[in-house]
Amino acid sequence: MSPDELLYSKEHEWLRTGDGVIGITHHAQDELGEVVYVELPKVGDKFDSGDTFGTVESVKAVSELFMPVSGEVVAINEGLTDAPESVNQDPYGKGWMIRIKVRDTAETGQLMSAKAYDAYVAEKE
Amino acid sequence: MSSNHQRTGSHFQITERLVFEEGSPGRRGFDLPELDVPRKDVATVIDPSLLRDGIAGMPELSEVDVIRHFTRLSTWNYHIDLGLYPLGSCTMKYNPKINERVARLEGFALAHPYMPAELIQGALEVQKTLETCLAQISGTDAVSLQPAAGAHGELTGILMIRAYHQSKGNPRKKILVPDSAHGTNPASVTISGYVVENVPSDRRGMVDLEHLKKVVDQDVAAIMITNPNTLGVFERDIAEIAELMHSRGALVYMDGANLNAMMGITRPGDFGIDVLHINLHKTFTTPHGGGGPGAGPVAVKKILEPFLPYPTVGRQAGGNYFFDHDRPQSIGKMKAYNGQFGMHVRALCYILANGPEGLKEVSEVAVLNANYIRAKLKDAYAIPYDSPSLHEIVFSDRIQARKDVHSGDIAKRLIDYGFHPPTVSFPLIVPGALMVEPTETESKQEIDAFIEAMLAIAKEAEENPEIVKSAPHSTRIGRIDEASAARKPVLRWRPE
Repeated sequence: MSPDELLYSKEHEWLRTGDGVIGITHHAQDELGEVVYVELPKVGDKFDSGDTFGTVESVKAVSELFMPVSGEVVAINEGLTDAPESVNQDPYGKGWMIRIKVRDTAETGQLMSAKAYDAYVAEKE
Repeated sequence: MSSNHQRTGSHFQITERLVFEEGSPGRRGFDLPELDVPRKDVATVIDPSLLRDGIAGMPELSEVDVIRHFTRLSTWNYHIDLGLYPLGSCTMKYNPKINERVARLEGFALAHPYMPAELIQGALEVQKTLETCLAQISGTDAVSLQPAAGAHGELTGILMIRAYHQSKGNPRKKILVPDSAHGTNPASVTISGYVVENVPSDRRGMVDLEHLKKVVDQDVAAIMITNPNTLGVFERDIAEIAELMHSRGALVYMDGANLNAMMGITRPGDFGIDVLHINLHKTFTTPHGGGGPGAGPVAVKKILEPFLPYPTVGRQAGGNYFFDHDRPQSIGKMKAYNGQFGMHVRALCYILANGPEGLKEVSEVAVLNANYIRAKLKDAYAIPYDSPSLHEIVFSDRIQARKDVHSGDIAKRLIDYGFHPPTVSFPLIVPGALMVEPTETESKQEIDAFIEAMLAIAKEAEENPEIVKSAPHSTRIGRIDEASAARKPVLRWRPE
């Protein structure tokens, strides 16, 4: 079950609307397998919704990270450089990736609730 | 292991240290004749600041030390001369030894690329003949043998597509790549200055034609399609896809990695492909990877011929071959000289030994072998797309995953049964993919032994999943921690 307080994209990113923190979901890290490297943008980079903001590399594959909404990066999780495994161990906590200033809160309307996201994942499987 | 004829035994293997850790001071593998000129101190000839006393860590070994070192290491290896190597997408077929014999003929092995053309007529004839054969097999009009690998061929092809559009005034912006593509496809597109646009597969595991109709606009330079695709499925709408692209001024690139499925049966040029690369090290039995350099010739239709890399091999009216550098619209040189000549000799040797009928049989048996495996394993392993298979079959670990046994575990357990594992985690559109490509060179007995091993592993996954999850058990080094190896790699040996 995904945390209720977050919003979710079809690309398996989560967004915490209160402070603009973004990460990938438990389902995403499970599909990826053991994460070995996370490439993040620079503070100050601006992205549109759907843009690639980084990549995550696991023992199986390299995947792109997509912006759930538009915004400017105000912080990145430096801790992932030395401990990329946080993405597996704690995807909604220590494994967060970037914090953004959301450009237009109306865009969050495109995202899914936890319940809708869980149903979306169940349907894919 | 339930087989009556157990494939793996317990033959000893000698542990071997690094060559740097072997030997002892003063040991030598050579004996030089007595000096017959006056002895001179090297420091009087070369600036002493450039000299050093010795090379730290340089091993001192005799001939027998060296021979045993590398022979022992070679016994740790699994290779195509040892058994089935079902690495999907790689076409790991047996490489006939006659290829090596022919490539070692003096005229080929000792030819130098700077020799004048009149002294290497035979070598040039080999290249021209191979070009002609590859054009015939692929249904195209012209071939460049320059690219040194499949992905290098992709880059060459996409640069030619760019040059073609440029010659019409607008290089366009995007190239469409299906989500089942080889990872090298989007990379080649990006390096060529195009933007990748992903095309989703439909339920059949084929390109979604309806979706395609909506996205092909004036900005699309080409589609890059693998056929049969990485699911081992023939893109049934390929002719229609090509027609759609052409009607909107775009071209069609085919990744020819899977050509082994269609030789003599259908030809890319006949179903609308404008340019493709051909992996000599897959379909045409030149060695893979460490066994030799790759070779990825590019074959094109007439409209792209002016853009081929230079030089091409030409033939004068009198019958003499020459390197043609006069190619004003060429994209330029893609590699020194004209590609991996030794591989061209081997590939041509294979093509001529088989002939048209033989090559057709190669493809037929490759498809038959894959389908035999599919039929025998379809109850034990899930098949995510039920479209008919050609030369390879993609299973998923969905059934075994219920017991927390995943594709990587199954692959590692296969090592205990004496087989190289299949490709895992690819194509990306199949979670827990196991991609099996037996090729045509395997006997029914060899394939049956593989099937038996796969069935035994499926049973183990059900009844004793731990043994699969902790495999391999029979290797010198057991399961390695892949995540740590990637996170904190140790890349250099240092003396203690």
